Amino acid sequence: MIPTSHYLFLSLALFTIGVIGVLTRRNVIIILMSIELILNAVNINLVAFSRMLGNVNGQIFAIFVITDAAAEAAVGLGIIIAFFRNRPTVLADEMDILKW
Amino acid sequence: MPTEFFLDKVWLIPLFPLAGAALMLLVGKRLQNSAVSAVCVGSVFASFLFSLGAVWQLLQRPAAERVAQKILFEWVPAGLTHTSSGKLVNFVAEWGLLLDPLSAVMILVVTGVGFLIHFYSIGYMAHEGGYYRFFGYMNLFMFSMLTLVLANNMLLMFVGWEGVGLCSYLLIGFYFLRKSAADAGKKAFIVNRVGDAGFLLGIFLSVGALGTIKFTEFAPALAAGHFTVGAPVITAIALLLFVGATGKSAQIPLYVWLPDAMEGPTPVSALIHAATMVTAGVYMVTRHNAMYQLAPLALDVVAVIGALTAIYAASMGLVQNDIKRILAYSTISQLGYMFLACGVGAFAAGIFHLTTHAFFKALLFLGSGSVIHALSGEQDIRKMGALWDKIPTTAKTFLIATLAIAGIPPFAGFFSKDEILGKTFEHSPALWGIGILTAGMTAFYMFRLVNMTFFGASRVPHDVEHHIHESPRTMTVPLMILAALSVVGGWIGWPASLGGSNRFEHFLDPVIARHGAEHVEAAAVHGGAIEYALMLASVLIALAGIWLARLFYIQRTDLPGKLASSFSGLYQLVYRKYYMDEVYDALFVNRAKDLGTTLALFDAKVIDALGVDGTGWLTRFASRLSIWWDTWIVDGLVNLAARMVWLFSYPVRMVQTGLVSSYALLIVFGVLVVLGYYGYLLRTMLR
Repeated sequence: MIPTSHYLFLSLALFTIGVIGVLTRRNVIIILMSIELILNAVNINLVAFSRMLGNVNGQIFAIFVITDAAAEAAVGLGIIIAFFRNRPTVLADEMDILKW
Repeated sequence: MPTEFFLDKVWLIPLFPLAGAALMLLVGKRLQNSAVSAVCVGSVFASFLFSLGAVWQLLQRPAAERVAQKILFEWVPAGLTHTSSGKLVNFVAEWGLLLDPLSAVMILVVTGVGFLIHFYSIGYMAHEGGYYRFFGYMNLFMFSMLTLVLANNMLLMFVGWEGVGLCSYLLIGFYFLRKSAADAGKKAFIVNRVGDAGFLLGIFLSVGALGTIKFTEFAPALAAGHFTVGAPVITAIALLLFVGATGKSAQIPLYVWLPDAMEGPTPVSALIHAATMVTAGVYMVTRHNAMYQLAPLALDVVAVIGALTAIYAASMGLVQNDIKRILAYSTISQLGYMFLACGVGAFAAGIFHLTTHAFFKALLFLGSGSVIHALSGEQDIRKMGALWDKIPTTAKTFLIATLAIAGIPPFAGFFSKDEILGKTFEHSPALWGIGILTAGMTAFYMFRLVNMTFFGASRVPHDVEHHIHESPRTMTVPLMILAALSVVGGWIGWPASLGGSNRFEHFLDPVIARHGAEHVEAAAVHGGAIEYALMLASVLIALAGIWLARLFYIQRTDLPGKLASSFSGLYQLVYRKYYMDEVYDALFVNRAKDLGTTLALFDAKVIDALGVDGTGWLTRFASRLSIWWDTWIVDGLVNLAARMVWLFSYPVRMVQTGLVSSYALLIVFGVLVVLGYYGYLLRTMLR
């Protein structure tokens, strides 16, 4: 049986990759994808602890997160398309029209 | 019909012409000429009929009761006031009409002669533009003149006085497109204003001193005020009133407007500037005879001014060449006679001459109008001559009027002029000398006019000569009626010395105040030989004048030219009217213009430059200050506040990069800090 710590390290690795992706990439779509990575790292964490503790609550919560991620992706892409119509770019560092 | 119907309805007399004038001036433009003449001549004729009726009913009364007053309404109820002597009086000016022998004579003359002249105008004005306007003004004049003579107090008289002045102005300037006519109208109006100021002051002084301006109350007020002969205030009133009279009646020094007034249509000259309006001054002085008789000084002034005006104007008449201007100077001269009569206390004689003068002078003017009409507008007697056979009616009536004004018995002028000269001789032989000399000059210049116009050789230009024609009946009939009046008009005052009873003077007796009684008695004492001698003298000098005119202008027509060239200085002086117009221009007119220029300069330099522009400059200066304050203080504070906020926001603004990734990095750091803090807490709790 695979010890829980392995899952936790995998989750940590995914999370770190996601955060670094959010922080470093300029393309907003990549950033959204990185956020998906972060969310899925959380899901692995939830499922791993659910299995370790024998409590199914964690898995149910993970399904909620997946639902949430889908919704978030839809809203995020909608925002990007709306923005693209105003300014033809998908690069985050060029989206500075709120700056004084 | 009540027994004194016309006396009760005396207010209708001025009302008829007023209605006519109102109709003409409001809707006259739409009316046919025939309707205009029917209304306007008819209204004056109605006035004449009512005047006849009223005077007839006045004559039915006994001599002492011949005063009819009709008060229409209280016009100026001023209430209780103190006179200068401290007496409390209830001062009221009424719109009231007074018919007594004096105003009776006047309304008959005004409406009678006025009607004839209106009738004459139908023919004379037939081809002129503004027919309705002419008749409207004429009717307005009749209303004003009748108000003047019928007024029962000074203030209402002043209303009529100003009314006739206005109509005179309007009618002199009737041909207002001609500059000389417009100027003449203005001149008449302005010169009259000078006199009117005197009249007005006289009214004020009369209110202050007597507390009344009603003619019927003068005698009681003078008696109650214990004014002695020569009282200064009464003398002042009398002199001020005479100033008014000199303006209206064209006496020295305010006579200058009358010759120029001949710019108006000839019927206007006849009605206003010969027969009626210009005699208003004589009427006014006579109306105030109660005061004049208490002021011997004022009477002397009136007499001297009258005599001087008479001879002065006659001298200018000697050399004029414009037919109407000769008549104008003659009018001034005859008015001088009337004032001379008033001045020597013979008020009745003055009014008598006024009446006869109205007849023959109206006739002279209408006749001259007929001559001008016949000669297609020519007014220069040097371009006339030998018209006797071509316009016989005009010529004969003109000759009758000339005989009347020259004082040949038994024509009207003889009686009135002789009456005046007789009364003057009793008073002052020197003034009589001036008067008799004037009579000779009058005869001379009038026959000069007649000889040059109707006799001798024709000097009429050839193209005009073809059109010479006698005037229509509407013009000749009034001439004939006036000619008859010029013959018989004087007979109402047939003197006692020639077997008459001088009914005219006795008719006026109730109006002339009692102070004059001594004079009348003194006159009766004289009588006899002296009176006959005076009559003979005036007839002889008139005949001499006629003979001289015949010699100069028919027999030896070269003589006047020779005489004029040998006395060219004197001739020029008289011909140029003693340069009086130039003197007045230099003394008053140009000084008034200078005053105007000075005031205009003051306006431009002080009011406009200093006042208006200065205020503008000050406002601009103040607004500059305000702008500076706004820019640097008010706006500056606002900007300072904004700048301070901007300054203090600098560090905060540095964090807000607008880069999503940098925000995310900050979030990560934030989370790490929070986690680190909780981790630290956990460690300390576990330890």
